[in-house]
Amino acid sequence: MADVEETLKRIQSQKGVQGVIIVNSEGIPIKTTLDNTSTVQYAGLIQQLVLMARSTVRELDPQNDLTFLRVRSKKNEIMIAPGEGRPGTKVRASPQKC
Amino acid sequence: MEIVNVLMKRRSEFNRLRGFVDSDFKKLVDMSPDQSTSEQPIHKDQSVQAGQEMSEHETNTVGLEFISHGMNHVEGGWPKDIDHENMEQTIRFRKKAGKNEAYISSILQLGSVMELCIRQNNAIDKYEQYFEDEEEEEENHNAPYAKTMNVLRDPHQVKRTVTSLSWSPDRGRKLAAAYSSVVFQQTSQLSTDSYIWDGCCIFQKMKVCVSYWDTRRGCQTVAYSSVEHSHKDPVYKVIWLQSKTGTDAFSASTDGQVLWWDVRKLSEPTERLILDLSKEGNLGRALGGISLEFEITMPTKFMVGTEEGLIISCNRKAKTPAEKIVCTYDGHRGSVYAVQRNPFLPKNFLTVGDWCARIWSEDIKESSIINTKNGVSELMDACWSPVRPSVFFTVKMNGVLDIWDILFNQSDPTLSVKVCDGGLYSIRVEENGRLVACGSEKGEATLLEISSGLSVPQKNEKSLVAAMFERETKREKILMGRQREIRLKERCRSEQSREEEVVREDGEESPQELLARAEKDFYSMVEVELKRRRKGKDLIQEQVVCEDKQT
Repeated sequence: MADVEETLKRIQSQKGVQGVIIVNSEGIPIKTTLDNTSTVQYAGLIQQLVLMARSTVRELDPQNDLTFLRVRSKKNEIMIAPGEGRPGTKVRASPQKC
Repeated sequence: MEIVNVLMKRRSEFNRLRGFVDSDFKKLVDMSPDQSTSEQPIHKDQSVQAGQEMSEHETNTVGLEFISHGMNHVEGGWPKDIDHENMEQTIRFRKKAGKNEAYISSILQLGSVMELCIRQNNAIDKYEQYFEDEEEEEENHNAPYAKTMNVLRDPHQVKRTVTSLSWSPDRGRKLAAAYSSVVFQQTSQLSTDSYIWDGCCIFQKMKVCVSYWDTRRGCQTVAYSSVEHSHKDPVYKVIWLQSKTGTDAFSASTDGQVLWWDVRKLSEPTERLILDLSKEGNLGRALGGISLEFEITMPTKFMVGTEEGLIISCNRKAKTPAEKIVCTYDGHRGSVYAVQRNPFLPKNFLTVGDWCARIWSEDIKESSIINTKNGVSELMDACWSPVRPSVFFTVKMNGVLDIWDILFNQSDPTLSVKVCDGGLYSIRVEENGRLVACGSEKGEATLLEISSGLSVPQKNEKSLVAAMFERETKREKILMGRQREIRLKERCRSEQSREEEVVREDGEESPQELLARAEKDFYSMVEVELKRRRKGKDLIQEQVVCEDKQT
């Protein structure tokens, strides 16, 4: 439990991270650092995307699996790490120029 | 009553072909309709043809209505027993989920993955637009090539050399080729025809006179100059001049004269210049002119390349003949076969003669700023490319056409093409830079097409070439200055030592000993000077290299 908290805190403290959401396989956000409405919105929308992406990868090659998904947009980037069974962590980051 | 018709036939006549015969018709039976039956018609509903009996019946099914509308996922898939509005229940559920073993392990694993990607993001913005300022450059993957398109042969039986070629200036693909015999004293048997290809007109050209023909007037010489006033030796080069009347031309020949002509009156030259370096106008001491150069942007100056290897730069507008010769450039060991200014940078010009090609700057008279290595065979003609300032073409006696690109490689030609077995005597590039015509000893004029890599100008080419020429010019100037210094010093020193010697030894030595001593002195002086020059050149080369690095 403490490890989980620590991990989350570490991620949150990275530069450019706007928020972290943890969602379980049913689409319920377990932990979040954003406000409720946004969290729910994100959880619902992204769950379908992850399912689709995963099924695409699996269909092309059954031995393959989705490891990471990045949705890059003009303003920011959504990074999704899917777990087995649970869609997992989502991070909202703003892109930075180096 | 029995209606009986009896036919009798013999058995042997059965199945024999009947022989039918026309006969008049005979009415056999006549049955007219019975009037009584037509008064009571009987109606019958009956199909005429016997068929299957079928019936038709319509029904309507109950319709299924479809509506398409989206669904807004407001809350996650909460289990049935938990009311998602209830804060307590949701929190309790969340806490329970948080204690799940699998949950913890997977979060830890995902966390590390996520961190890696975030760090990646922070390290480099890898999606930025790279190279947004640069335009797409055409990459020339192909090696440069020159393709032979056409070979135009001399229709005469005795093969004569193509000594001069000229493209028609209006970009038409007309090529005029002048034929003559370069071998001395064989002219009597040869016809003196010249040709324009892609027109197929035959013209007469006298060997020692300058003739003028007009393509518009047809196939006859319009006029030719009289023998007394013309050149006494073969005319090697004729160029049209830019003038208001458009009828001026000038010619050079090995008898040492440069004559100006007005083509309307070819009986006498309008002006005459004798290429005598001592400026006395002595024809006997004049140098034979082999090639002429004239640039439209500099109408008062022109250059003559001579048999002796000197290039003379002259001013047309000078008052006296003595002032006409402005300066000379000591160029080659053999005849200078071609002189041409760079069409983009007129201060630099190209000459070929003996076994190498040299590029000169007008200001430096003592030596060329760039020269190529001495080739295997003699170079006979050269010209700059009219579209690219750094490309020029040379032809050699072994039949090879060389294309040089001095920005790319200065020690070797960029492309060498063996055009024919005999020697190549002349070369001309067409105005668009893609077609090259070269004329050979055997009378063939070969048309070659150059690859786009050598005929399409690159960006910044002119400034790069100009910078290169300037750098070389500067180097030569410095070298010249240094040489002058050295010479002065040596002269002073040798004068001093000579005075001393004269004082000491007066008439004591025999002429042979004097000679031996003079030789020894000479060789030692030469060695010293060479050493100094080498040291000087090294120093200056270092300087030039440093300058290059700085720029």
